[in-house]
Amino acid sequence: MSVSLTLVLTAGVLIACGVYLVLERTLTRIILGFVLLGNGVNLLFIVAAGPWGEPPFEGSGDPGTMTDPLPFAMVLTAIVITLGVTAFVMALAYRAWQLFGHDEVPDDVEDRRVLRRSRGRTGQGIEVGWADQLDEDARRGALATSQGLPERREADPLGEDLSGDEDVPQDYTEADEAEGEERR
Amino acid sequence: MSIELLLALPVVLPLGGAAASLILRHHARLQRAVSIATLVAILVAALAIGYGVSADGTLVLQIASWTPQLGIVLVADRLTALMLVVSSIVTLAVLIYSSAQTVSENTERTPVAIYHPTYMVLVAGVSNAFLAGDLFNLYVSFEILLAASYVLLTLGGSASRIRAATTYVIVSLLSSIIFLAGIAAVYAAVGTVNLAELAVRLDQLPDATRMGLELTLLVAFAIKAAIFPLSAWLPDSYPTAPAPVTAVFAGLLTKVGIYAIIRLETLLFPASQLEVLLLAAAGASLVIGILGAVAQTDLKRVLSFTLVSHMGFMLFGIGVTTRLAIASTIYYVAHHITVQSTLFLVAGLIEHRTGTTNLGRLGGLAKAAPLLAVLFFLPAMNLAGIPPFSGFLGKVGLVEAGIARGNEASWILVVISVVTSLLTLYAIAKIWNRAFWQSPPSGTDIDRTGAPVPALMFGATGALVIVSVLLTVLAGPLLHYTDEAARSVLDRKPYVSAVLGEDAASHLHWRIGDDGTRVEGR
Repeated sequence: MSVSLTLVLTAGVLIACGVYLVLERTLTRIILGFVLLGNGVNLLFIVAAGPWGEPPFEGSGDPGTMTDPLPFAMVLTAIVITLGVTAFVMALAYRAWQLFGHDEVPDDVEDRRVLRRSRGRTGQGIEVGWADQLDEDARRGALATSQGLPERREADPLGEDLSGDEDVPQDYTEADEAEGEERR
Repeated sequence: MSIELLLALPVVLPLGGAAASLILRHHARLQRAVSIATLVAILVAALAIGYGVSADGTLVLQIASWTPQLGIVLVADRLTALMLVVSSIVTLAVLIYSSAQTVSENTERTPVAIYHPTYMVLVAGVSNAFLAGDLFNLYVSFEILLAASYVLLTLGGSASRIRAATTYVIVSLLSSIIFLAGIAAVYAAVGTVNLAELAVRLDQLPDATRMGLELTLLVAFAIKAAIFPLSAWLPDSYPTAPAPVTAVFAGLLTKVGIYAIIRLETLLFPASQLEVLLLAAAGASLVIGILGAVAQTDLKRVLSFTLVSHMGFMLFGIGVTTRLAIASTIYYVAHHITVQSTLFLVAGLIEHRTGTTNLGRLGGLAKAAPLLAVLFFLPAMNLAGIPPFSGFLGKVGLVEAGIARGNEASWILVVISVVTSLLTLYAIAKIWNRAFWQSPPSGTDIDRTGAPVPALMFGATGALVIVSVLLTVLAGPLLHYTDEAARSVLDRKPYVSAVLGEDAASHLHWRIGDDGTRVEGR
């Protein structure tokens, strides 16, 4: 089976750019990365369809010279799925920006814990990273200022938590809080 | 009406239920009734499919009568039927539990109207993944259940859930892209995505190409199944979701990944060269998962890490590939779905009662809530593999199969799995001691929420505990059933001939012998 080199190269470039963007820290760039990755992989399907031929209409000619339509059907499905998921992730990024003032992907919980503990041991205290510098209210304040809104708004209706206390803290594990208190 | 039409029900019913419960979103009671009725209907359909499969062998439904190579086929063999029955029992119990929970809580401000429709879509995705007869349909069902799981995980949009979901969504997207690239590569190599036809055509490919395709798909499935080193996302994202959501995620979503790996390693790439890789990944999952669990101080995080660890047991069975190993793996999957979901539901009960799952703040629950203690104790001992529970039976089967296989890798895995069982017992004992046995830390009031736990929540959890005990009581017939399932999975011929006919099945190059090696010819 001969394949089109242009398509393969384009897919390669798209996937390479996609991987680069996915390795970024902000969710918006990661979304762009996934869009590129998705398009690159969709091109791979078109490569898999083989060399192009006649339009595949029933009864319009010799089936042997027609393009294989199946990969194109799959690509269509994949495009629709990518669209839906992209919309969701954009909403997620927007919500993250509403809450935190940025849309950076958080560090692994265990990683943060290990980091805090090691800094605590070497006497640098446990003040680490952006999470300690800005509390939730401060972040909301920053958001309000940037939007020209009054400093303190009523809580966002979406922000009402389904479960309140049930959440496991992601930034602070309770063990770390206890550790910090002991040191003080 | 032929019995094959039943295969569509586990997919069509929940999608219809999702639509109905979305329309009824302003009538909470009616919505609950509709979704529970739907899940009961799915359970009945799954049992009927199980009966049909035991009587007639593999069932195949060709949607809209397209030929299997072009259209969508739904296929159910014994493995699929068992997965469908267990998953519908668990989803039903979890839905009843969560309905009772939302009734008891103040529902004015919470956006739970979307919960039932999304849950139904998740159920449809899971059923479709078990029934899918071609790779692309499997991809679509993964996307259905993942999209639903994104919504369930971010329910309410609180800060911690948004953070947790960010990691989860990115990792899931990545695995989907890898899966999609794998499908493209498979199509380029053999020109089909139908599983049965793939089984015939992949046999004729050169070894190097086969391995490339296999590895791509394996990575995609292993991310879903949370196999180390692709498991780091799980303990970060699952514990933040509401308890019932975590229960159904922990029970079902990882098992869908394991189910896909079973199909990959038996039907598509029988007894491949990757045995050592699978066993190494299984060993690493077992050890690292359980060490993570021991280090945690939060009940839900301990359970999440034991989940990662116990995925290793199932992968161990798949790596060994003998008939006994596959039979035990299938049994273990059924056991683990039930037990892990139950434990997360119990964690939810504890949280409902005390307002926390932090082991440092819990204590004295055995005295304050004896029923809760019993509901925790049975599945916990079951998870640790204490005789005579089903966890013990599954592990004995796996260890026996590993010893019978007898090469170095499987011996090492036998040792690791025994040590992991002990460490699981240690992690469970730690929870038991701190949360249930010892008196609460001074100054803490374990009843601080003051919320009575609704009887229905206890009822749903208790029902799952009874199901897990039934898995033990009925172990004889069940192991016979899984043995039959393993036989047909390893033979490959029943699956292929049911979908494509006897003629195509005679072109299969290999089957897997009962000793786990690849046997040439028929």
